[in-house]
Amino acid sequence: MFQVRIHGRGGQGVVTAAEMLSVAAFNEGRHAQAFPSFGSERTGAPVVAFCRIDDREIRVREPIMEPDALIVQDPTLLHQVDLFGGLHRDGFILINTAKSFDELGLGEFVAGFRHERLLTVPAGDLARAHTGRPVPNAALLGGFAALSGLISPDSLAQAIRERFAGEVGEGNVAAAQAAHAWVADELRELSGAAAG
Amino acid sequence: MLRQVEGSRAVAEAVAMCRPEVICAYPISPQTHIVENLSQLVKTGELAPCEFVNVESEFAAMSVAIGASATGARAYTATASQGLLYMVEALYNASGLGLPIVMTVANRAIGAPINIWNDHSDSMSQRDCGWIQLYAETNQEALDLHIQAFRLAEELSTPVMVCMDGFILTHAVERIDIPSQAQVDAYLTPFVPRQVLDPDAPISIGAMVGPEAFMEVKYLAHAKQMSALELIPELAADFRQAFGRESGGLIRSYRSEDAETIVVALGSVLGTIQDTIDELREDGMKIGAVGITSFRPFPLEQLRTALAGAQRVVVLEKALAVGIGGIVSANVRMALAGIALHGYTVIAGLGGRPITKRSLRALFLEAADDALGPLTFLDMDWDIVNRELARMASSRRSGPHAENMLRDSGPVAAGPV
Repeated sequence: MFQVRIHGRGGQGVVTAAEMLSVAAFNEGRHAQAFPSFGSERTGAPVVAFCRIDDREIRVREPIMEPDALIVQDPTLLHQVDLFGGLHRDGFILINTAKSFDELGLGEFVAGFRHERLLTVPAGDLARAHTGRPVPNAALLGGFAALSGLISPDSLAQAIRERFAGEVGEGNVAAAQAAHAWVADELRELSGAAAG
Repeated sequence: MLRQVEGSRAVAEAVAMCRPEVICAYPISPQTHIVENLSQLVKTGELAPCEFVNVESEFAAMSVAIGASATGARAYTATASQGLLYMVEALYNASGLGLPIVMTVANRAIGAPINIWNDHSDSMSQRDCGWIQLYAETNQEALDLHIQAFRLAEELSTPVMVCMDGFILTHAVERIDIPSQAQVDAYLTPFVPRQVLDPDAPISIGAMVGPEAFMEVKYLAHAKQMSALELIPELAADFRQAFGRESGGLIRSYRSEDAETIVVALGSVLGTIQDTIDELREDGMKIGAVGITSFRPFPLEQLRTALAGAQRVVVLEKALAVGIGGIVSANVRMALAGIALHGYTVIAGLGGRPITKRSLRALFLEAADDALGPLTFLDMDWDIVNRELARMASSRRSGPHAENMLRDSGPVAAGPV
């Protein structure tokens, strides 16, 4: 089972992100379970949503306390919420920001993690460029598809179009593709740096 | 057709395929998504003919359902928590009059303190109001139980409550097999009422009954539920044949045949329990589970058979009967009358407290050693309880419990869990 925890603020589409991720996995024939952390969905308030993906039926109903991956939609949460609770050192982290982990003050914290699994992507900027609004959820999922290899860009695009019709859907698909390309480039640079 | 869909949406689509003619609704979390979806299906004409009535309260919702059902219409509503309590008087009327209304209860805690999260306090408070109560383990089963519920209600002329865990099921998006309209039509034939208010053939429904026949009329509700003990398994067997999957029935056993320790529970927590059992089985522990799907009528004999071979039974329940402890466990003990085994009551998950595999594992290991007390509160923070008790002992005006204890438990933010 692969478990993803998504942190953000009310209004950023955190719950929708978990839902679209689960639909993308479903589109690939897998079992997936998406659910919000209930009750706190007010605009601007910290919100958490969860997504489990597996090849068999998912029966467990507890919140995800030991995620395999974290998606952070709003870096201002870093100093407000225990974002990294339960994340193991092989885990993935993707943060919506134009800054690096060092610039966020996280360099020391993530020293023991696998660096090719930690990335930042300016998903809000990419979303603004492609949809006119800085809602980063679809773009982050595109970046996450590239970072984790968990879902294909095609099944994600299908999931986004199922959720958002017409122009909004196409804009979000484009934002997801741009973020996917961004993260893929970063990964190539990292592996190039490691090889060279 | 398999779809990745929110539990509430799936239930709404299933209810719509049951062709209700009147839906009355008053919004309350976590039930709201169900009736919102239904209102859209009515507005777009996908569900027709159907009258969607926005009422001014839950008392009105159930009253409108009663009126609709008495005219021979298939009637549906949904509620939760305080909403269910607000319609209590009408609930007894629906069952006493023998009106086959189907209602979803999206299980939620009852205040005070006010709390919107899941537990079973709401439906458990109405266990004896004369309604059949079915508890869904998964969203698939929640969908399936609604289709069975209309048939059950109408065959017996008695109302049925389908209980599904609020948020945990209603707001979870997962793979659900949505049946076709043709499948549902074949399983659920049109409503043939036993009694109809019709201006062309006037009758009255709801006469006052004195001591000469009150007990006899009341007994009929009991007689119907006793016959439901036979009908519920039949409907589940028919359902399996028509839809190709197991759903409903009275109880469901999981790896309990040779189990020394059997956990009894209701609803979605059974999934987490089953995963925990699989892990403990790998370690060699003989442990299994029995899920109760039909809490009313209560399947005394079936539970007795399913549990009699165990050395100990752990009843894990999401409601607290203040002043005694367990509700489900009291019923289970009745099923086990005369059988010598260890019985443990565990109150868990009140007000949305997560029930985790880690805590269940520790709990079941303790139970297997017979080291549990008779009444356990899973993951209780005894520190803040004891601090408030000490405050009460030291000062007459110690203030309000909830506010004091929130201060003691520290700031709350949407952290990892």
